[in-house]
Amino acid sequence: MNKILIANRGEIARRVIRTCREMGIPTVAVFADPDRHAPFVAEADEAVPLGGATPGESYLQIEKILAAAARSHADAIHPGYGFLSENAEFARQCAAAGLTFLGPPAAAIAAMGSKIEAKRLMRDSGVPVLPSIEIPEKPSANLLQEIERLGWPVLIKASAGGGGRGMRIVRDAAAWTENLAAAQRESLAGFGSAAVFVEPYVEAPRHIEFQIFGDQHGKVIHLFERECSIQRRYQKIVEESPSTALDDALRAAMGAAAVRAGEAIGYVGAGTVEFLLTPDKTFYFLEVNTRLQVEHPVTECITGLDLVRLQIEVAQGASLADTAANLQRRGHAIEVRLYAEDPRREFMPATGRLERFQMPTLPGLRVDAGVVSGSEVTPYYDAMLAKFIVHAPTRDEAARRLARGLAASQIHGLRTNRDLLVRILEHPEFLAGDTDTHFLERNPPAELGAPTADAAAERLHAAAAALAAQAERRAGALVAQHVPSGWRNNLSQLQSARFSGEQGTIDVRYAFHRDRLELHVNGEELTGARVAAAQSGEVRLEVAGLARTYSVHRVGQSFFVDSPLGSSELKELDRFPLADAAAEAGSLVAPLPGLVDQIKVAVGDPVAAGDTLIVIESMKMLHSVSAPLAGTVSEIRVSLKSHVEAGAVLAVIEEAAAD
Amino acid sequence: MTRQILPTRIDRHGPVYQANREAMLEQLKLLDKLLAEARAAGGEKYVKRHHERGKLLARERIELLLDRDAYFLELSPLTAAGTEYPIGGSVVTGVGVVSGVECVILANDPTVRGGSVNPFSGKRITRAIEICRTNRLPLLFLVESGGADLPKQAEIFVPGGALFRDLTQLSAAGIPTIALVFGNSTAGGAYNPAMCDYAVLVKERAKVFLGGPPLVKMATGEESNDEELGGAEMHARISGLADELAVDELDALRLGRRIVADLNWSKLGPRPKPCFAEPRYDAEDLLGLAPADLKIPVDMREILARIFDGSEFDEFKPLYGTSLITGWASIHGFPVGVLANAQGVLFSEESQKATQFIQLANQRDLPLLFIQNVTGYMVGKKYEQGGIIKHGAMMINAVSNSKVPHITLQIGASYGAGNYGMCGRAYNPRFLFAWPNAKTAVMGPQQLAGVMSLVSRAAAAAAGRPFDEQADAFQRAYVENQIEQESLAVFNSARVYDDGIIDPRDTRTVLALALSASHSNEVRGARHFGVFRM
Repeated sequence: MNKILIANRGEIARRVIRTCREMGIPTVAVFADPDRHAPFVAEADEAVPLGGATPGESYLQIEKILAAAARSHADAIHPGYGFLSENAEFARQCAAAGLTFLGPPAAAIAAMGSKIEAKRLMRDSGVPVLPSIEIPEKPSANLLQEIERLGWPVLIKASAGGGGRGMRIVRDAAAWTENLAAAQRESLAGFGSAAVFVEPYVEAPRHIEFQIFGDQHGKVIHLFERECSIQRRYQKIVEESPSTALDDALRAAMGAAAVRAGEAIGYVGAGTVEFLLTPDKTFYFLEVNTRLQVEHPVTECITGLDLVRLQIEVAQGASLADTAANLQRRGHAIEVRLYAEDPRREFMPATGRLERFQMPTLPGLRVDAGVVSGSEVTPYYDAMLAKFIVHAPTRDEAARRLARGLAASQIHGLRTNRDLLVRILEHPEFLAGDTDTHFLERNPPAELGAPTADAAAERLHAAAAALAAQAERRAGALVAQHVPSGWRNNLSQLQSARFSGEQGTIDVRYAFHRDRLELHVNGEELTGARVAAAQSGEVRLEVAGLARTYSVHRVGQSFFVDSPLGSSELKELDRFPLADAAAEAGSLVAPLPGLVDQIKVAVGDPVAAGDTLIVIESMKMLHSVSAPLAGTVSEIRVSLKSHVEAGAVLAVIEEAAAD
Repeated sequence: MTRQILPTRIDRHGPVYQANREAMLEQLKLLDKLLAEARAAGGEKYVKRHHERGKLLARERIELLLDRDAYFLELSPLTAAGTEYPIGGSVVTGVGVVSGVECVILANDPTVRGGSVNPFSGKRITRAIEICRTNRLPLLFLVESGGADLPKQAEIFVPGGALFRDLTQLSAAGIPTIALVFGNSTAGGAYNPAMCDYAVLVKERAKVFLGGPPLVKMATGEESNDEELGGAEMHARISGLADELAVDELDALRLGRRIVADLNWSKLGPRPKPCFAEPRYDAEDLLGLAPADLKIPVDMREILARIFDGSEFDEFKPLYGTSLITGWASIHGFPVGVLANAQGVLFSEESQKATQFIQLANQRDLPLLFIQNVTGYMVGKKYEQGGIIKHGAMMINAVSNSKVPHITLQIGASYGAGNYGMCGRAYNPRFLFAWPNAKTAVMGPQQLAGVMSLVSRAAAAAAGRPFDEQADAFQRAYVENQIEQESLAVFNSARVYDDGIIDPRDTRTVLALALSASHSNEVRGARHFGVFRM
């Protein structure tokens, strides 16, 4: 293998580049227009623009990617995960073009591509599977009776799906028809096929998967399990190994089943066999992911193996015999996925500029990130920014260190699920090992995702922001720079700074007196306030006998403050607000950038407060924008399928006159 | 360049230090009380009423106008203290930084008798404008005044006209003048915005007309209202008196800041050296060094060591005329020539040394700092015959004709012609500040009373009248007390004979600000002086 083209983007592209560098193999990146300045493009030895923005225009374009390989004289392709990684046609065309596809044979992909087919194959190979019913495009009249035989609740899944898209839980017959239609629609939209199937829905299951590897000599091995039970909207967000639910016997039984599954399809390369584990420790086959998983670092940590290297070696014909012979499990690894999203607003994706992305140096902390400080996060791709992985001797220590590492990271400019992840890692249920896929149903993300900095912390953060801004202004003063800050010979009022934060407006007032700092926050004096050092980027502030260092990062009017108390984003309010800055009452504003998917009203229509008026599609999810008040639609400023920016006014409602 | 470092030998536990410190802390308490009185403006009732009208106080307007965290040096804050007029003179004046530019701010205080101007307001305003002119500082005029305090019109009307002349002369000198009109500015006051380079009027608040509706009705019989005669909208759209229409007070202040930002302003004086050290000794000691009893000598070098960068000072002619210290130092990176009284008296040698030193500073374009603790020029046969008048005249000639910025600090006595020679108020220092213990008079109160007693004793003897010893003792005590009161810093400050009384611990900051402000103008020494009588 002389040169590897990576048909992917973000963190996985960087991950592959890292191993290729170690192995001395040149790399080629391909990129869509929004990724032109992404780190993976710069880090690859060469890069080929694909043009376009959406995955459909770029990373899913087989022809463009094969052309890129030809242009750059790459002789192998690493597909990463997602995009074309499980596209049998792509694997076939790679082979046809004489390129080594760093994945399983096309046949294995095809066999596992349909979940229905996969289940049948597994059942036949003696791997335990849940009963299921395939739904034809035109369902028969007695379908419902068949479904009832499975027993409510049931789960509808897209046959070609993954990542929870097209998945629906149906709890009774009444909800059946509507959910089926929705699942079929999502499946068609997401995967190009309306084929779905139904299986019994297991309450409180755990998601356990086994990393498998096959070589070209017919050997399939497993590299132990990963537990990925904690999920949001069927997306894994916490993954670990070993699982607290498995003892050696169960691990051996499940591992053997996983190997059997791999053997059944003649598996070569890295794959994952997913199981569902019921509370009574019965396991059922779910599916095989014929690719390197997002969560592969967990396995790398506990085994000490480099799975990307293993993929390349296996593709070059290496045997897994030695690997199998030396396989060991060491310590405990936990991975969490950092997403640009707002857990308090139904995980609405966040886009924009990541002003700072900086993490502490901690032993055993690995961060696989697709972004760096200054990266633009666009609405076109998955919102995952990075994976934080910790490897430690014990699970407790891993959880603690990972929580600290996350909390001490500076992630500025975008809402993320960081605080949610920290709270999960610190949660008694998690620490007790009581993890199942309903964790976030029992523990509402809106609460877990709230900033770890509470109201008191935010007030201190505002004080620190004010003092840092003060220091910055003093350092930049054009005249009399070295006289005391805010010096007065007849002091009539304190300096003031107002911020808007989580708790509303925070008013900070301060004066540097000859011998002390006078500091008030929201009208309350902080007694014994003392500033040991104040610079634009860092303030060491002592309040009531407790000194802390606050890191302050200003971007325009925004202040990002990180301290041992947590992190806050504060927006400084203008000293001279312009009178006409406020948006017109009754304006509907786009909550995030995206495409206008539906417009449910026309100008002149009467609406009630809360009515859904416009639906925006963003990040493959539909977001409803509803009327803020009752009235009449007086203006619609967007058209169907048009692209809108966050904050754009979509429509205006004229408030109904009170009778 | 390394200058010589001034040593320190003070005894913080000694009785003089302790007595000075205690007396100074008392005086600072009094100063705080008077400043608080000045800040209280027109009192709670008027402040409340003003706020209820949705208006900002003069000091609130100033604070919003200033750059955040930058300094504001209020000038003449104790104007009219101890007089029949409210302390402050119904205006607030000072030097501060607006949009990165050092400016003079002059704000009417509408809570004090409607912001009407009395004779003391006139002194304070005149001084502020003088500081604009001499230091080339843009003027921001925050207007809201009912005009002249009518019962006092006789004392105001004639001299008051100078304000309009001063405003346009500032403009002619290239010094920007910006009026922000928040309220009344009528009759004569109507010329305030009109004489400025820029005028911003606040919508529905500013009222600028020569005659109001009743006066118009009286004069011509015409019916009119305030808005038609002088509203901000009218002036912005019809008369053109307003350059900008502000929607509210905040908007006016924002516009004021914007105008300054767009002035394309740069200072003409050299920039300070960017690197300098703080003094090696604590400024707190100045409280123990400031002489409470002016008869007890002060070690002036100990004071200098707490003011200059790095406590560094290169003395000039250290062995000659030792009653006056001269030499070179810097404050916040601004190089200065310093004249400071070591002992109170000036002899011929000191006068000649000062004259030479002032000429040197002018040759080198260096500002001069005068630190006064002076009891006067020496008297007596020997000294008269030695030409003390001639030599004093040389010093006064040099001080008067020197063109570099002068800054004067009074730390103790300022008596007699020593006040003149050491650049007292009449010699137009750019800035003059006093410590709370400072005293200014033609001579010491005891000496003056004593002289008067001797004169009347001689008159009685000449007339052959018996001398009433008892009446003389009474008279001496009375005069001594009167002179003592009139020589106090607060008395002088009330009459705007200084630019403010400062806490000794703020001396270095205040001098740095004064130097910085005076560098807005060019710093260029005189090449010609008056004829020196040799």
